[in-house]
Amino acid sequence: MNILVCVSRVPDTAAKIKVAGDNKSVETAGVKFILNPYDEYALEEAIQLQESKGGELTVLTVAGDEATDVLRTALAMGADKAIHVKANQLEKDSFYVANNIANVAKELNPDIIFLGKQSIDFDSFQISSLLGGLLDLPSVDVVSSINYADGSITGEKDIEGGKESFETSLPAIISVQKGIKEPRYPKLPQIMKAKQKPIEVKEAIETPLRTEILEMTLPEKARAGKILTGSDADIDELVRLLHEDAKVI
Amino acid sequence: MKVLVLVEEYNGSLKRSSCEAITAANQLTSSDNITAIALNASESALKSAGKYGASNAVNANESSIKGEAPALSKIISDYAQQNSFDTVLFAADSIGKEVAPRVSVKLEAGYVSDCVGLEVNGSDIVATKPVYAGKAQAKVKINTANNILSLRPNVFTAKVIAEGTEANYSEFTPTLDDKSKSVKITSISKNEGKLDVAEADIVVSGGRGLKEPENFNLVENLANALGGAVGASRAVVDAGWRPHSEQVGQTGKTVSPSLYVACAISGAVQHLAGMSSSKFIVAINKDADAPIFKITDYGIVGDVFEVLPKLTEKIKARH
Repeated sequence: MNILVCVSRVPDTAAKIKVAGDNKSVETAGVKFILNPYDEYALEEAIQLQESKGGELTVLTVAGDEATDVLRTALAMGADKAIHVKANQLEKDSFYVANNIANVAKELNPDIIFLGKQSIDFDSFQISSLLGGLLDLPSVDVVSSINYADGSITGEKDIEGGKESFETSLPAIISVQKGIKEPRYPKLPQIMKAKQKPIEVKEAIETPLRTEILEMTLPEKARAGKILTGSDADIDELVRLLHEDAKVI
Repeated sequence: MKVLVLVEEYNGSLKRSSCEAITAANQLTSSDNITAIALNASESALKSAGKYGASNAVNANESSIKGEAPALSKIISDYAQQNSFDTVLFAADSIGKEVAPRVSVKLEAGYVSDCVGLEVNGSDIVATKPVYAGKAQAKVKINTANNILSLRPNVFTAKVIAEGTEANYSEFTPTLDDKSKSVKITSISKNEGKLDVAEADIVVSGGRGLKEPENFNLVENLANALGGAVGASRAVVDAGWRPHSEQVGQTGKTVSPSLYVACAISGAVQHLAGMSSSKFIVAINKDADAPIFKITDYGIVGDVFEVLPKLTEKIKARH
C-alpha cells in the first residue's frame, strides 16, 4: 500500500498569539512551532498501516523553507521520504495548499491519503474535502478508527453527540481525529537516521488567492470580571446575576 | 446575489443551526433570492424556512444516501449550477464542514469556514472567522465570483422575520453516479439524551482540581440542573477521566455557548482559546490568581467541593 500523509507546521498550543506589524498575520518571532498535533495521529495511523501491509510512506508539506523541521520529525517517526512543496508566497489559502497536494498526489497515486482533521492554526477544516473534490476521490473526516480490507476500508467517524460507521472504496482521503492511535515519540537513533532520509523539493504551482485575509485582530470582549466568594450569600448573588444580568437561567 | 442554504431537519422541524444560516443569508440578499435546500426532509419542515426569510425551499429526494459528502456535494453543486446560484451557505457542523469544500471545488468558489460574522462590501463578501482556536480572528475577503460560507452554530441568532409565511416548496431529483456514492454511512449511533458540548447552549466543564474522576458527578449535577452539557479540560481527558468528545480547547472542541461554567480549571492558554467566545463565563476556582479569572464575567474564589453542591441546589430551587 502506498501511503501519503500531509502535514503542517503550526504554533505550539501553549503559544500566545500576537498580531504582526502588517495587521494581517501573526507574529512568528519567539514562537515555538510544532508538527500539527492532529497530523501526528495521522502519521501514527499511517506508520502502523505500513508496518502491517508494507508499501511506501511519503510525508508532504506545502510551506516555506522553515517547514523542514516538521518533515524531519515525521521522517524520524517513520516516514520513508518527504516531499517539500516550496511555497514562495507568504499568504496561502486552503485552495492553494490543496491544489499543490493534489498535483503531487496525481504523480504518486497513493492508495490512501491521511491528514489530521484540521490544522490548529487556521482551523479551516478544508484540505481533505478539497482534495476529495480535486482528485474526484472519496473522503471521510474526523475518523476515529479504521479496519483495512482489500481495496476498501470500514471505520468510525465522530459526529455531534455520537459516531457514524462508514465504508469506502480505496483510494481514499481520510482525516483523523485525536486518539485514533497514540503517536510514538522518535528516539535518538531514529532522529539520527531521519537525517539521511531524502527530502525532495518541488516548486509550488502558484494560483491566485480565492480568499484573502484583510485584517487579523485579537478578540476583545469586555467582561464584568466580578469576583465573589463561596459564601451562601455570594452564591445567591451569582444565581441572581445569572438570572437578571446574563439571563441564562 | 442568489443564495442557496443547506438545511437539515431534526424531529420534524428545521435544526436551529439551519434557521441561523437562513437568517444570516438575509444579511446578504433579500428573501426572494434565498432558497433552502435539504436532503430527504419533510414538506412541512422545509416550508417553515419561509418564516426565517427563505422564499423557496427545495427537497432533494434520494433515499439511498444519508448525507455522505461526495453524494450530497454533487446534489448541491448540480442544483446551484443548474439554477445559477452564486453563493452557498452551510452550518459549520459535521455535514457542512465536509460538504462545503467539495462544493467550492465544483463552483470554483472561495470558501470561508466557521464564520462568526458576515459583511457585504460592494459586491464582495467579507467574513470574520476565528483562527488559532479563537486566540485571534481574521477578516477574510472572498475574491471569486461565487462564494461559499459555513457558519459556526450558536453565533448567528435565528430570527423569525415573517411569521406564518411558508416557503414555495419544490422537489429535485438528483442524478448520482457510482463515484459519488463511493462513501457509505452504514450506521449512526447517537448518545441518546446526551447533549454534545459543541452544540449545547450551556456548558459546565471540569478540570484537574476535581482531584478524582468520580468527583465529576458534581459537574454533571450542575450541568443537569442547568440543562447543559458536560465539558472537560485537556488535562482530565489526557488522564483518561473523560472522553475526548468532551474536551474543550485547541485540540478539542471550540464552543461558544450562552453560559460557560469552568469548575476547578486553571485556564491554560489552549483551554481559554476554546471557550473565550462564550457569551457569559463563570469560573469557580480556589486559586484567586488562576488565569481563568482574567476572562470571566463572574468568578467565585472558593472550593468546588463546597460551592458546586450549593450552587446546584440553589439553581434547582428556582425551577
